[in-house]
Amino acid sequence: MATTETAAAADAVARQAATAEPPARAAAVKPWVWAVVAVAFVLPLLKFVIPGVISDYRLFVISTMMIAAIAVLGLNLLTGFNGQISLGHGAFYAVGAYTAAVMLDKISWMPDYYFLTIPAAAVMCFVVGYLFGLPALRLEGHYLALATFALALAVPQLLKYKWLEGLTGGVQGVVLLKPSPPFGLPLSEDQWLYYYILVIMVALYFIAFNILRGRNGRAMMAIRDHQMAADTMGIDTAQYKTVTFGISAAYTGIAGALSASAIAYVAPDSFGFFLSISLLIGLVVGGVASLAGSIIGGVFTVLVQNSAQALSKFVKNDLGLPFDLSAYAVYGILLLILMYVMPLGIAGGIVMAWRRLRG
Amino acid sequence: MEQLMQQVVSGLANGAIYACVALALVMIFVSTDHINFAQGEMAMFSTYIAWQLMQWGAGFWPAFFIAIAVSFVGGLTIERVILRPLHTAPVLSIVVVFIGLLAICNSIAGSVWSYLIKEFPSPFPKDTFGLAGLIGPHQFGVVLVTIVVLSLLFVFFRFTPLGLAMRAAAQNPVSARLAGVRVDWMLALGWGLAAAVGAVAGTMVAHIVYLDPNMMGGILLYAFAGALLGGISNPGGAVLGGFMVGVLENLVAFIGNAIEKSFGVYIIGNGEKLTVALIIVITVLTVKPSGLFGRVVVKRV
Repeated sequence: MATTETAAAADAVARQAATAEPPARAAAVKPWVWAVVAVAFVLPLLKFVIPGVISDYRLFVISTMMIAAIAVLGLNLLTGFNGQISLGHGAFYAVGAYTAAVMLDKISWMPDYYFLTIPAAAVMCFVVGYLFGLPALRLEGHYLALATFALALAVPQLLKYKWLEGLTGGVQGVVLLKPSPPFGLPLSEDQWLYYYILVIMVALYFIAFNILRGRNGRAMMAIRDHQMAADTMGIDTAQYKTVTFGISAAYTGIAGALSASAIAYVAPDSFGFFLSISLLIGLVVGGVASLAGSIIGGVFTVLVQNSAQALSKFVKNDLGLPFDLSAYAVYGILLLILMYVMPLGIAGGIVMAWRRLRG
Repeated sequence: MEQLMQQVVSGLANGAIYACVALALVMIFVSTDHINFAQGEMAMFSTYIAWQLMQWGAGFWPAFFIAIAVSFVGGLTIERVILRPLHTAPVLSIVVVFIGLLAICNSIAGSVWSYLIKEFPSPFPKDTFGLAGLIGPHQFGVVLVTIVVLSLLFVFFRFTPLGLAMRAAAQNPVSARLAGVRVDWMLALGWGLAAAVGAVAGTMVAHIVYLDPNMMGGILLYAFAGALLGGISNPGGAVLGGFMVGVLENLVAFIGNAIEKSFGVYIIGNGEKLTVALIIVITVLTVKPSGLFGRVVVKRV
C-alpha cells in the first residue's frame, strides 16, 4: 500500500512535468516584462514632461514598493516555490538592514561605497538563513510555521541585546545618511535611490527567474509538491531545502539593506511581528509561487501602510463606524477573505479569470 | 536560597497561566492537527470582554464566568464559520487564516478599547491569601484557579460520555463517526473549550501584565514552548510543560542575575525572555519533536 501511493505520487509529479510546457522556450521572458522594465527606467525622466505627476516623493514611495517586492520575492522563493512556511522572514530583513546599517555607521569609508552593503547583507543573510534552515529541515508545515513565528516575535528583543548595543545602538537604533548620486549625476537623492533599487531589483528578479526555470527550480518545486517522490527521483532534498532557505533569506536581507539606505534609519521595533505579517500578506495577495505576484504584493503592502490613515478616516467619517481601521485590521480581513476567494492571490486570480474568459 | 525559592514559586504561578494556554493549544492540536496562532489574541479578547463587563458594573466573578461563556460560544463559532470550510485546505492556507484571525482580534480590540494600557483588578483578598514572603495573594489565587480548571477538565474528559466522545473524535475520527459520534461538532466543542480555557488564562494574567491588546504575545510564545516541551500531543504533558517553562523562565533570569552580580558579566536577563522561549521552541522541535511526554507520531506514507 505504501509503495503504490508513493509510486502514484511520483507518477503524478512526472505527469505534471510532462504536461507542462517545454521548459526552455515557454519560460523565456515575456515581452510585457521588458516593457514594464523600460517604463520603470524612463519614469523619473518623465518629470520634465508631466512635472505634476512625477515627484521625488512619489519616486520614493515606488522605491519602497520595490524594496517590499524584493522581500516578498525572497519569501516566495521559500514558501511559494519550495513549500517551507515562514512566518518570521522579518528576522532576515532585520539582519540585512542591520548589517548594512552597522557597516555604514562603523566603517568610516563605507558611506562612499554603500553599494558594498548589498553583497555583504546577502552573504550574511545567506549564512544565517542556511543555519536556520538546518533545524528547519526536520520541521514540516505547522511546526516550521511555529518555529518561525517564535523567531518573528523574538527579533526586536534580540536586536536590543546588551552585548550588541555597541553595534546596534540598542533601542535608539542607528541613524544613517542617504546615498548621494555618484559622478556628479544631475539626479536628486530620491531619483538616484530609485535607480539604485530598480537595478538591484531587476538583477534579483533575473536571477530568481533563471534559478526557477532550470533544473534547480524544478527540484525546488518537486520538493514542494511531494518531498518523498522528489527524494526517490534522486534530488538531495536536505541540501536543496537549506540552500533555498539561505537564498530566500539573502533576498529578503538585501531588501532590508536597501531599506536601511532608503529610510536612513534602523531601530529594533520596526522589525517586529508586523513586518513578518506584511511580508506574508504580500505573498498571499500577490500570489503564492508567482514572480509577478511578488511585485503586486510589494506594491500592495506599501499602499495599505501608506493609506491606513486615510482609510481609517474614511471608515470613521464617511461610513460612520466607530472603529479605527488600522493597516493591521485590513491585513487580517484580507488574509481571511483571500484564502476563500482567491487562494492563488490576485495575480493567480487574474490569470484564472482570464483563462475562464478565454474559455 | 530564599530568593531562589521565591523565584521557583512565582515561576509556578506564571507556569499556571502558560499551562492553561498550552492546554488550549493542545486541545485544538490533538483534534485537528492545527496550531492555533490566534489563541493568545482570542484570550486577550475574552479578557477585554470581562473588563468591559466590570466597567458596566459587574463584579469580578460574574464577569469572569460570562466572559468564559462568551468565549466558548465565540470559539465554537470561529470553528464552524471560519475553519470548517477549510477542512481540506493546504497547511499554508490554515496558517494564513490563523494569522489573519490574530491580526483581526488584535486590531478590533485596539480600535474598540484603544491601545492604552489598563489596570485589571485581582479578585483575591489581599490579607487572607498567599503564603507570607513566598507567594503573593494574586499568584496564589491564580495557581488555585488553574488547578480547579484543570481538574474540572480532567473529570470532564475522563468521566463523562461527552468527554469520551470528544477524545474518540480526536483519536480516530473515522471509527468515532462509525460509532455514532458527531465528529464535526466534537471539533467545534473542542474549539469552544479551548477558547474558554484561554479566557481563564487571560483574565488571570491580566492583573500581572496589565491589560492591553498585545499582552498575550510573550505568553503565547511561552505556552508554545511549554506545550512542545511537554509534548504537544499530550494534554497532561503540555500542562506540566507549561509549569516547567514558567519555572525555567524565572530561573534563567535568576541565574543571569546571579552571574552578573558575582562576575560582573551580563549574559542573560529579563530582556531576553522571548529569546529564551525561542531557544526552547527550536531546541525541542529539533531534538525531540514529540516532547518529553508526547506520543511519537509515525507517519504512514
